[in-house]
Amino acid sequence: MSTFRIAVHITPRKGLLDPQGNAVKGALHTLGFAPVREVHVGRYVIVETEASDATAAEHAVTDMCRKLLANPVTEDFEIETAVPA
Amino acid sequence: MKFGIVTFPGSNGDYDAYHAVTENLGEDATYLWHKDHDLQGSDVIILPGGFSYGDYLRSGAIARFSPIMSEVISHAKSGGPVIAFCNGFQIACEAGLLPGALLRNSRLQFVSAPVRVRVENADTIFTNRYQPGQVLKIPVAHGDGRYVATGEDLDELEGEGRVTFRYTDADGNVSDAANPNGSERNIAGIMNEGGNVLGMMPHPERACSPLVGSVDGVRLFESILSKVAV
Repeated sequence: MSTFRIAVHITPRKGLLDPQGNAVKGALHTLGFAPVREVHVGRYVIVETEASDATAAEHAVTDMCRKLLANPVTEDFEIETAVPA
Repeated sequence: MKFGIVTFPGSNGDYDAYHAVTENLGEDATYLWHKDHDLQGSDVIILPGGFSYGDYLRSGAIARFSPIMSEVISHAKSGGPVIAFCNGFQIACEAGLLPGALLRNSRLQFVSAPVRVRVENADTIFTNRYQPGQVLKIPVAHGDGRYVATGEDLDELEGEGRVTFRYTDADGNVSDAANPNGSERNIAGIMNEGGNVLGMMPHPERACSPLVGSVDGVRLFESILSKVAV
């Protein structure tokens, strides 16, 4: 067993109203970043886990996302490649 | 009848629920600690309001895995009544007892105010002492109250009469202005398929005494008394 580190990006599901993203977009426009079209605010989670190899670690973290880290009704998630911790 | 009120770390509506049941209703109530595995013979379970686990990750996401929740889920699956107020509603959705989820209020502000809700279905174990279409004055106090669900789930809830309460103005008209959090279709409260689990963001347990400005919540508890055999 080795320890792996995996980063997870969790974002509001596309198409759902994202008031936080809209508020940040408005502030960016106020600051003069007129070309900004979309902003979405999500969460960034770092998991360090023991696993037999990187693939097993990624499978485990995907399972964690489905069961707890992301809400399947309202959020999408992407996991990064596992790296040795 | 015995009401079991779950106390999670961060619950703050458990005392209000206890007070409503024992003082306003004159029934028996007991607190159930979230780490226990025993409903202590409760007939009705209340998942109270609050900020369980500091709302970490998502509101209700961690409380949903508290030890007592396995017993609460079994109770619900076997038809036992569960009332989930506010944070309890968020927990019930995370636990899969109710469809959908509660997201950040559309105006990004915590809303603590009396609101009006219309009784959409008065033929349930939770609402039979109200009149259909009756408008109630009940407080809300939440930051994450925007109800969302898939289009199919929303249509199913509507079609099966499982939308129990909807935000309206004082005359019972649905409008964006009367929607405190941007909930889809102004939905304030829903039931599960079996009609034995109710989730709602407003706090009827905080509207049971003239002292706090409304007694419109009392009949919700009376409805349960009249329908649930002990």
